[in-house]
Amino acid sequence: MSEWWTYRLEDFLLFSPRVYWRMFELANAASWPLHLLTLAAGLAIVLLVLRRPRRHGLWIALVLAAFFAFVGWSFLWNRYAVIDWAIAYVAPVFGLQAPLLAFGGARGSLAFNRRDIAGRLGLLIAVAGLVVYPLLPPLFGRPWASAEVFGIAPDPTAIVALGVLLAASGGPVPLLFAIPLLWLLISGLTLHAMGDPQAWLPLLAAATTAAALALRRIAR
Amino acid sequence: MIITRRTFVKAAAASGAALVLSAAAPGAPPAPVMRAVPSSGEMLPAVGLGTWITFNVGDDPVLRDECAEVMAAFFAAGGRMIDSSPMYGSSQPVIGYGLEKLSRPEALFSAEKVWISSAADGPAQIEQSRRFWGVPRFDLVQVHNLVAWETHLETLFAMKAVGQIRYVGITTSEGRRHDLFEQIMSAHPLDFVQLTYNVVDRGAEERLLPLAAERGMGVIVNRPFRQGALTRQLQGEALPDWAAVIGAKTWAQFILKFIVSHPSVTVAIPATTRVDHVRENLMAATGPLPDAAMRERMAAYVRDL
Repeated sequence: MSEWWTYRLEDFLLFSPRVYWRMFELANAASWPLHLLTLAAGLAIVLLVLRRPRRHGLWIALVLAAFFAFVGWSFLWNRYAVIDWAIAYVAPVFGLQAPLLAFGGARGSLAFNRRDIAGRLGLLIAVAGLVVYPLLPPLFGRPWASAEVFGIAPDPTAIVALGVLLAASGGPVPLLFAIPLLWLLISGLTLHAMGDPQAWLPLLAAATTAAALALRRIAR
Repeated sequence: MIITRRTFVKAAAASGAALVLSAAAPGAPPAPVMRAVPSSGEMLPAVGLGTWITFNVGDDPVLRDECAEVMAAFFAAGGRMIDSSPMYGSSQPVIGYGLEKLSRPEALFSAEKVWISSAADGPAQIEQSRRFWGVPRFDLVQVHNLVAWETHLETLFAMKAVGQIRYVGITTSEGRRHDLFEQIMSAHPLDFVQLTYNVVDRGAEERLLPLAAERGMGVIVNRPFRQGALTRQLQGEALPDWAAVIGAKTWAQFILKFIVSHPSVTVAIPATTRVDHVRENLMAATGPLPDAAMRERMAAYVRDL
């Protein structure tokens, strides 16, 4: 790209805020009542992290993997990439989180057993992604129909994943942070370019996760 | 390229026909002022329709219908040129949807772009764009933002030679790469150039607009409202009393009249999602237009706000 320094973030925005939020409305209408299942699965993940029954690592990894694959295909590829050609390159990366999680879970190397400050903060982040995120529309003057729900929309899916990963240990865990963090950065910058007041939320979730990881490293 | 007598006579005849048509339809909206394409004399209304962001609505059925309504109002008000690009997300299939819904208006002047870094893939991209629009051929294909411009221009001139397209052009926006743009204009027989020009972005006046006139190239003006930022900025300000002299009732009309009154400008292509705005835009190309002195006054007024 020539004269790249003359481009602003807004120059890369291909759609209007109205089209962006209508995309969530249409996705919600098309997938309802799947939301009940995804939310129940999200709560089950949190319970599994708290109770840690046998093979909990495998089940958490498989459920998260299923939702990364589903959101990457149904939302990012089938909807978002239609209005933003760049997302056609991002969607497969988002979906790549699914085999990474499944691989980590299947190897039996994932355990959600950290109860340090970062781990507890992670659980708070996960609950916020699960419960608070769908409640945001009226706070930002949008209709309920545009709610972002875990397992249906990418931001809460990435936030819940980061939250529970903060409570995880095992071989591939550091690698598993990369894709959700990258997604939240992209999403936050997109919302910022749209002038949307919600832009700080995905960025805050990513920054809090990064800070928690740094804190854990320092404490070590 | 020189405007020949034949070209001039064709243009004058078409202008006369436009006036007759306008006079023959009492109660119909006044016809927009027409501009001749320098290389052919074909007459085009001085205001067209851009689709950047506004027509990128994906598969949303409600928003697709709204775009079709904008297109219907555009054609009803006498508009012809619709401009798009493969870069604009789903805008091309949305235009195709609108054209199908409107039973393919004969007035359409289709302006597209080729935008792909692999020059060898240019023809395939143009063909894909044509299918999205559902037109037998494009009137104009432009090299978008000078991407792989040398090979794409070869392709476009070859397509023009065999009648697969009617006109060839290049585009830039927001004042980027004007030096290279000027070099290409000087070296190649382009029919159109597309660039950014408005009451506050006047860089094109220095070299590009005079060169377009000298070389007989049509000028398409993009981002007339700076993607809406300019009209939003002026929203709280009162129009000067003397705006009535040129028939400008809104800031959008004030800005469009400034643009289309430049002697080198052929068509301005504002984009909108609103039927009332598309009518307002077309109305800007009717009635009196500012002369050179008034244009300077307009620019000074906006600058001093």
